[in-house]
Amino acid sequence: MLIAKKLKANSINRMLKIENLQASIDNKSILNGLNLEVKAGEVHAIMGPNGAGKSTLANIIAGKEEYEVTNGTIELHGEDISELAPEERAHNGVFLSFQYPVEIPGVSVTNFIKTAINETRKAKGLEDMPAKDMLKMIREKSELLEIDRKFLSRSLNEGFSGGEKKRNEIFQMAMLEPKLAILDETDSGLDIDALRIVANGVNKLKSKDNAVIVITHYQRLLDYIVPDFVHVLYDGKIVKSGDASLALELEAKGYDWIKQELV
Amino acid sequence: MKYTEDDLEKELETQEYKYGFYTDIESETFAKGLNEEVVIAISKKKNEPQWMTDWRLEAFRVWKKMEEPEWANVRYEKPKFQDIAYYSAPKEKPKLNSLDEVDPELLDTFKRLGISLDEQKKLANVAVDIVMDSVSVATTFKKTLGEKGIIFMPISEAIQEHPALVKKYLGTVVPTTDNFYAALNSAVFSDGSFCYIPKGVRCPMELSTYFRINEGGTGQFERTLVVADKGSFVSYLEGCTAPSRDENQLHAAVVELIAMDDAEIKYSTVQNWYPGNKEGKGGVYNFVTKRGICENNAKISWTQVETGSAVTWKYPSCILKGNNSVGEFYSIAVTNNHQQADTGTKMIHLGKNTKSTIISKGISAGHSQNSYRGLVQINSRAENARNFSQCDSLLMGNACGAHTFPYIEVKNKSAQIEHEATTSKIGEEQLFYCNQRGIDTEKAIALIVNGFSKEVLNKLPMEFAVEAQKLLEISLEGSVG
Repeated sequence: MLIAKKLKANSINRMLKIENLQASIDNKSILNGLNLEVKAGEVHAIMGPNGAGKSTLANIIAGKEEYEVTNGTIELHGEDISELAPEERAHNGVFLSFQYPVEIPGVSVTNFIKTAINETRKAKGLEDMPAKDMLKMIREKSELLEIDRKFLSRSLNEGFSGGEKKRNEIFQMAMLEPKLAILDETDSGLDIDALRIVANGVNKLKSKDNAVIVITHYQRLLDYIVPDFVHVLYDGKIVKSGDASLALELEAKGYDWIKQELV
Repeated sequence: MKYTEDDLEKELETQEYKYGFYTDIESETFAKGLNEEVVIAISKKKNEPQWMTDWRLEAFRVWKKMEEPEWANVRYEKPKFQDIAYYSAPKEKPKLNSLDEVDPELLDTFKRLGISLDEQKKLANVAVDIVMDSVSVATTFKKTLGEKGIIFMPISEAIQEHPALVKKYLGTVVPTTDNFYAALNSAVFSDGSFCYIPKGVRCPMELSTYFRINEGGTGQFERTLVVADKGSFVSYLEGCTAPSRDENQLHAAVVELIAMDDAEIKYSTVQNWYPGNKEGKGGVYNFVTKRGICENNAKISWTQVETGSAVTWKYPSCILKGNNSVGEFYSIAVTNNHQQADTGTKMIHLGKNTKSTIISKGISAGHSQNSYRGLVQINSRAENARNFSQCDSLLMGNACGAHTFPYIEVKNKSAQIEHEATTSKIGEEQLFYCNQRGIDTEKAIALIVNGFSKEVLNKLPMEFAVEAQKLLEISLEGSVG
């Protein structure tokens, strides 16, 4: 009885479960049996050297179609999402903060986020968000991320600095209130002030009901967004997991010692 | 599960033409073929004065000696001019004072086109002069306009009621000898609109005409003449839809605009004629001559959203004759499936300190070909003339084409000319980015296309902007399951 209760609590708690994930692009294998479990309320950091498959993992969870998943499962809230279209995964609460956000000329930040929110609502059978509510939400979230109102009328990512692009990603995350947010090298291209603002924003958005996966090369971001778990991704697999101290160890010693451990 | 170019293309295939229906209102149609007798018969049918008949005949004689132009970047089977019936009118032309008197079936047709006259009258403050198979059926708001001295009526009526005005201006901007299709139009035009704004009058509402082609195998030759007297202003809207047809239908319209000193004409078009089916069969041939002339300090703006027709050949132009006159051309041209468009403008700078702006947005999908062709001509006496041109092309898939043919002729050293051109493609990265935010591919394409076209959409009057945005979406809508 007690055990059954615990199991149930576990499965409610469990946000993401990836088992034995294998994936390739153009017949080149990139993920080689990856396992990862993320519970609501947790922050996971995924680190690793270049080419280890970090961004691939982020894109596959989000449903990018150029990757071929050859084996394994991706479960969100206990449901297999690996056959869902990217927009359906988004509707289910998956959010990816892109490493290189694309430009969409002529589409303002406001128009884009309005469309995203209303398309998500439509998928759930809800009416468009009333303009008044939308405005209120935009005000709150832009204040949270110290975003200038003028910024919202600019074309999406067009002519944005690296910092503005990343801040805009987190602004969208704030607006869409995802269950699972994956931040793909959100720290790259950020100066220290922007990094602090973005990290503070993420921290404020964190709750016991959502989870965050932070993909990064460096410890720097993890000074601000403190992870519950740190995983080392190498050669398409998670080869080592630990707590926040692992990130510090990696920062001090590099990745070579892990490679050697594996040999 | 890779999203290939082929998949993208499939998604972009047009939905079957939304307005593909045919009304069986009894029509009176001339036998097919064209000769002097037919020209005379058209003129007689319309009860025209002798000068008008002579004008038509002269145009016909010129046309007979002309050859169809071949320079445009379009390939199509030439119309067989002797296989076209040159006149078609609803048999009993109703003279109506209110909508209640209109044939219910006709009203139903308008409803299916989404044109609710009542609603438009009340909500949009638009006076609508509807051209149905060449003969105007309903004219509204005549009274309000009349109080300001504004004349807005079918050109056939204007020839009867205001012959001096029509005679003075008809053919002064687009002469009968101008080109093959303009000459043909001059000989056989059946109807169209005439608009005159008196000195210093600001037309209080958008003037609007809806054109439709209905009778199978009937060419449509509309003639529009807009005269804005000194210091006046008018905004004119032209929008159209046509029923599905298998045979090609020829449409050769002529539009002439005259903006006298300090006058301004804003002419907006939404063109949504039948583009042919997915295999490129059928569709309207749209060979139009549109030109305006600006006197001192006058301004003419052409704004067009072109999504329909199988073949488009159209260059709304401005002759900047007066000093300090301004010409503008804002265009969105969408081609999908097998559509071909060769469109652009001519800005002829004659006066001093004349200014022109050209913003052209071409969107090609499917197997279509989309060409921008534009001439900027600065003549020797046009001191300090300025032009800015921007031509942007957006491509979808790998089978379509975008072409830009800018012509620049400068005969005065003080001229300043700028030309910018870009070509871009909707990328998989853009689509994935939108998808990841919960926006499906179809909606994402609409969003990206609307963003791309924004500078031009912003130039449209409000009533049209919404309609035009929807039209862009419909034109590019796919069969996404």
